Amino acid sequence: MAATLETVEQVRAVTEQKYKYGFFTDIESDTAPKGLSEDTVRFISARKNEPEWLLEWRLKAYRHWLTMEEPNWGKLGYPPIDYQDSYYYSAPKVAAGPKSLDEVDPELLRTYEKLGIPLKEQAILAGVEGAGDSPSIAVDAVFDSVSVATTFKKKLEEKGIIFCPISEAVQTHPELVKKYMGSVVPYSDNFFATLNSAVFTDGSFVYIPKGVRCPMELSTYFRINAKNTGQFERTLIIADEGSYVSYLEGCTAPQRDENQLHAAVVELVTHDDAQIKYSTVQNWYPGDENGKGGIYNFVTKRGACRGKNSKISWTQVETGSAITWKYPSCILQGDNSVGEFYSVAITNNRQQADTGTKMIHIGKNTKSTIVSKGISAGKAQNTYRGLVKIMPKADGARNFTQCDSLLIGDKCGAHTVPYIESRNRSARVEHEATTAKISEDQMFYCQQRGLSSEDAVSLIVNGFCKEVLKELPMEFAVEAQKLVGISLEGSVG
Amino acid sequence: MLEIRNLHVNVVGKPILKGLDLTVNAGEVHAIMGPNGAGKSTLGYTLAGRDGYEVTEGSVTYRGKDLLELEPDERAASGVFLAFQYPVEIPGVSNTTFLKSALNSIRKAHGEKELDAMQFLKLIRAKTKELGMTDEMLKRAVNVGFSGGEKKRNEVLQMAVLDPAFCVLDETDSGLDIDALRIVADGVNALRGPDRAILVITHYQRLLDYIVPDKVHVLANGRIARTGDKSLALELEEKGYAEFGVDEAA
Repeated sequence: MAATLETVEQVRAVTEQKYKYGFFTDIESDTAPKGLSEDTVRFISARKNEPEWLLEWRLKAYRHWLTMEEPNWGKLGYPPIDYQDSYYYSAPKVAAGPKSLDEVDPELLRTYEKLGIPLKEQAILAGVEGAGDSPSIAVDAVFDSVSVATTFKKKLEEKGIIFCPISEAVQTHPELVKKYMGSVVPYSDNFFATLNSAVFTDGSFVYIPKGVRCPMELSTYFRINAKNTGQFERTLIIADEGSYVSYLEGCTAPQRDENQLHAAVVELVTHDDAQIKYSTVQNWYPGDENGKGGIYNFVTKRGACRGKNSKISWTQVETGSAITWKYPSCILQGDNSVGEFYSVAITNNRQQADTGTKMIHIGKNTKSTIVSKGISAGKAQNTYRGLVKIMPKADGARNFTQCDSLLIGDKCGAHTVPYIESRNRSARVEHEATTAKISEDQMFYCQQRGLSSEDAVSLIVNGFCKEVLKELPMEFAVEAQKLVGISLEGSVG
Repeated sequence: MLEIRNLHVNVVGKPILKGLDLTVNAGEVHAIMGPNGAGKSTLGYTLAGRDGYEVTEGSVTYRGKDLLELEPDERAASGVFLAFQYPVEIPGVSNTTFLKSALNSIRKAHGEKELDAMQFLKLIRAKTKELGMTDEMLKRAVNVGFSGGEKKRNEVLQMAVLDPAFCVLDETDSGLDIDALRIVADGVNALRGPDRAILVITHYQRLLDYIVPDKVHVLANGRIARTGDKSLALELEEKGYAEFGVDEAA
């Protein structure tokens, strides 16, 4: 109770903030020539000192990408993207890899400070001291494209956990990367994932060994910094038999005048009895009131429950970006495996979001739960697009889907597009959907008790999203509730 | 404390209040009685500043200020409280969160320091105890799944926590059985004091057995038709509102 109260109080304290992460850090970049070609792909691979097989994989993806067309089935409208007018690699200049935080560019550390990332060892340690099992966070900080600092490595190493930039894993654990990368999202998967496969620059790699419960939340903060640099992050998380990990991903981006492309790929793999909980708070710059300058976010996130009794849980709070195209999915291959998708998507002004999930039931007695909360304000468009597919051998498969939409004002839109394909008679699929407006009664009631109209909206919307927000780890819940308030500012008269 | 002069209010273009005059002093409890459709709830909503209640003529002066100039949340901050006839449900928001947000908004408006979680918890526990309520209600979402009696008790609790100077109780007795009515009335009585004025809007005399008013007004056809003391309520109970030219059954 006390923790909840405190959370709410902190939320209240910041609801008046505008987009506070709109600043730009001036750091020398080591940038690839503008545009996309085989040379760009080779440049990136060479910079990363990659083995031959990876370069070949990238080139295969690039050649395949040339034959593909950008998907246009989403309920999204945006000007054509000129893929030749972008930089595909930009790394902060560091002579050698930093051995400790002291070696990290102080300018960079200041940026993190502004973002409130607890990167400094002392700050993090302060949170850990006392109870040995008290929750703590390890941060693999991705600055532009290169991960420059990793904390808590030692504690993780003791357990045999690997948590490092994927470029490092390519060097130190090539067998794992080679085995799993592209095994969930193949290089030929879709236009944006294929582009990512060709030019991905960095991202996180996590391996949890058999029977290990990761003692802390693992966390990556993304940040687009250098001008016009598309972000092509690639994350791979493997939970071996009987292991557990909770992973947090959060992003902020500086205010910018030109649209920025972001096409990440996240692959998760769980073996028997393993569990991955993946939480995202997405706060990319959404553009101004007219939608100018926001981030384009085309993400492919997919998890494979390969083992029996395994579980993958996606929780996302999407408040930023001009365009969001994102469908975190689960392939429920192992018998009794479980997939979950909890989502809050907030769109304001001219933001557009087409997001949802895919649950593919292959194994027996597989279960999936989908809870989606879409909030639309201003002139925004918010679409839930979900697929529940039951394969012939998935006896006893069950799905429950709940899609709720909340409209603020009368110029926005909410759309629900559920696809259900069942090829097994014993499957049970339930779908519930509601659309509501914030009622005038609720607004007046809150205002009569002293809340301003904006605080009232924030409170009502936080209530509407509660089922999803409560799935977030405590560390993220506060930030998420803040974002709900901030992102809806100006949405009521 | 409150002075209403020649108040005319339209709802959806239709005149509901047609020249209402009323003066309420600090420390007093006034009852507004009247037949259905006389404009009782309209008066409550107008004082609280609800959208759609259009003042076409007249004035409302509250503690020397023009009340009609203020936004609903500013009125709340200046001490105007409306206990709703139909309290509104807010799914997913706990009573505690709601009340703490409300109280801190009002404190902020007064330039006072906001209460932290512990201070608030202490306050709300004291208030629930004073009102003879359990704090089980605090954890539940605002009015969601509450019985009629619980909703009204919740209104009284909010009133006690927000500590307003001028309270309007809109048909607080409707839908309550006798036990619930007594609990709610006890709560309201506990809030009576020399610095606070209360306006009780009710259709029936029954509530006034428990909340004894200093003055009773009959609101009919959009104006105060008669003013008296407690005995007026008893008289109305007996004779109905027929003499005010309104058919009671309407």
